[in-house]
Amino acid sequence: MLTREQPVAALEASATSSTLLDIHKIAKSFGKNVVLRGISLQVAEGEFLTILGESGSGKTTLLRIIAGFESATSGELWMGGERLDRLPPYKRRVNTVFQHYALFPHLTVEQNVGYGLRVAKHSASEIDAQVEQALARVKMTAYAKAKPSKISGGQQQRVALARALVKRPQLLLLDEPLSALDANLRRQMQLELKSLQREVGISFVFVTHDQDEAMVMSDRIALLRAGELEQVATPREIYSRPATSYAAQFIGHTNLLRADVRDGVAHCGSLFWTSQLPDGSALLSLRPENIEVAAPSGVPGKVRFRGKLRHKAFHGASELLQIECADGLLFSVRTEARSDWQGELEFEFDPADAFPVRNSEAA
Amino acid sequence: MFSRAYRAVVTVPPLLWVTVFLLIPYALMFCYSFWMVSTSQTIVHSWSLANYRQLLTVDVYWQTLLRSMWIAARVMLFSLLLGYPLAYFLSFYAGAKKDLFYQLVIIPLWVSYLVRAYAWKTILGSDGVLNTLLQYVHLTKHPLEFLLYSPFAVVLTLTHIYTPFTFLPIYASLEHIPRNLVEASSDLGASPAQTFWRVIFPLSIPGVLAGATFAFVLSLGDFLAPLLLGGPSGIMISNIVVSLFGAAYNWPLGAAISLCMLVLVVSLLFVSERLEKKWSFS
Repeated sequence: MLTREQPVAALEASATSSTLLDIHKIAKSFGKNVVLRGISLQVAEGEFLTILGESGSGKTTLLRIIAGFESATSGELWMGGERLDRLPPYKRRVNTVFQHYALFPHLTVEQNVGYGLRVAKHSASEIDAQVEQALARVKMTAYAKAKPSKISGGQQQRVALARALVKRPQLLLLDEPLSALDANLRRQMQLELKSLQREVGISFVFVTHDQDEAMVMSDRIALLRAGELEQVATPREIYSRPATSYAAQFIGHTNLLRADVRDGVAHCGSLFWTSQLPDGSALLSLRPENIEVAAPSGVPGKVRFRGKLRHKAFHGASELLQIECADGLLFSVRTEARSDWQGELEFEFDPADAFPVRNSEAA
Repeated sequence: MFSRAYRAVVTVPPLLWVTVFLLIPYALMFCYSFWMVSTSQTIVHSWSLANYRQLLTVDVYWQTLLRSMWIAARVMLFSLLLGYPLAYFLSFYAGAKKDLFYQLVIIPLWVSYLVRAYAWKTILGSDGVLNTLLQYVHLTKHPLEFLLYSPFAVVLTLTHIYTPFTFLPIYASLEHIPRNLVEASSDLGASPAQTFWRVIFPLSIPGVLAGATFAFVLSLGDFLAPLLLGGPSGIMISNIVVSLFGAAYNWPLGAAISLCMLVLVVSLLFVSERLEKKWSFS
């Protein structure tokens, strides 16, 4: 080997001092099945990063590569100036909360939490003190002597969290840890997890297929699709400025408009408006909440359309209407919840809210 | 719901079978064990504990019983030492070849016990494969006598025969261990050895107990291996029972010994089952 051990990725990592983990061109294949196609991603210190993707997108594989349960086919992992991917899992300063918690069934709650310290040969008094503190943090002190089979899913979840955190990792990996909980508990745990992360200040890499969960909890979202990163951005940015049509559709609802731009005018079905976009075809994402019921007197600069109400879905505070125009265009419109939406309706939107996105269909 | 006729058809035959071939013989044996053989070689139906007293006081009986237990204990130990690593390797490291290896372990069970015992006879005998080989390479001048007709031969043969029985429950218990527990242990900083001793082994204890019980109980009652390969020094308790019911014509004493064995084995099974329950966490 002629190349030195410090590749470009590591130099970049040291340039931005807050980078904790540098994922550099990680690729993974299982036989002929390509799961990850060269993922590069940095996790900052103290950051809550969510890897969001559908099942089969490769998100869990990426997490398992960081934890060390799988080895990458190619690429490098750097953490603290050290090649992480060459260490076995038990030598990495990374801990994992598993999807099904993976608590040791033959050990009590406190023995589970103390496990990582016991194998590291800490003194008994130190283990006791740390375990007590960790159990208090997740409010599980009362169950210290219970076996995992005797406590509920949410409680097992907390124990798994305490067990990982007691090791004081630099990075905590969470593999869909909330997916087995029912909706109420899940929302509660999302908030608890987020505040816990702020409290301990450890970087979290959280894997989920649930876009709402990703939006609620994350500092940044890395959207993974078929082994490739579609977009990495804050929840706000990814929602308001989706890079691709896939990102626009996966994060929240959207209307994808196929427009034809000619001489500064965008044409979409029978609608048209002036546009800054270059000539040619464009794909635009228009969020349902950016379409409004048309004002009686037309607002200059807004695009108006009429359509028939095809379907409505009640969401409590708001309602999602499906509108079909005469030219065949379909729109989702989010409006205030009213029981009397019916028949033909008129709407308008500001063309500035129609955000151009890259077409992901080809990918 | 099933009809009365159907329930009768499915329950009566097995009950009848158990009664005729198990309960009645045991009851008879129980009675016999308190009876006596008279000087005129007839069985006298008078009740006494003389047979049990004989079992405890006549050296050959209790010594053979102890030797049988010692042989069974060694068979248990060796088949665990062979069966556990084999099961562990298959369950955790054999990968795609798992099923093939599994079949290879099982195949010997299809071969008759007798054939396998005779095979050891041809291997261990004075003119056997092993002695011939040892002399051929000049490691020994004369055939090694202790190889055949000795407790050694019995332990070796029984270990060979019962290792698959030990392997199977251990393998089953290892296969039941969720693999994410192994990953969790490694994730928490445990070395592979620590993971084995702190997670894998404790969770495989029910299988170990079941396998150990199989090997011990089956060897304890074995009669063919000592008969074919044991010689005078390798006699086991079943051989004595057989001769008491046969040539010696002392059914009452044979019944008393059998009953003691039965009590011993049933209590072992009971204890082992309790322990297995205590160590299972599903």
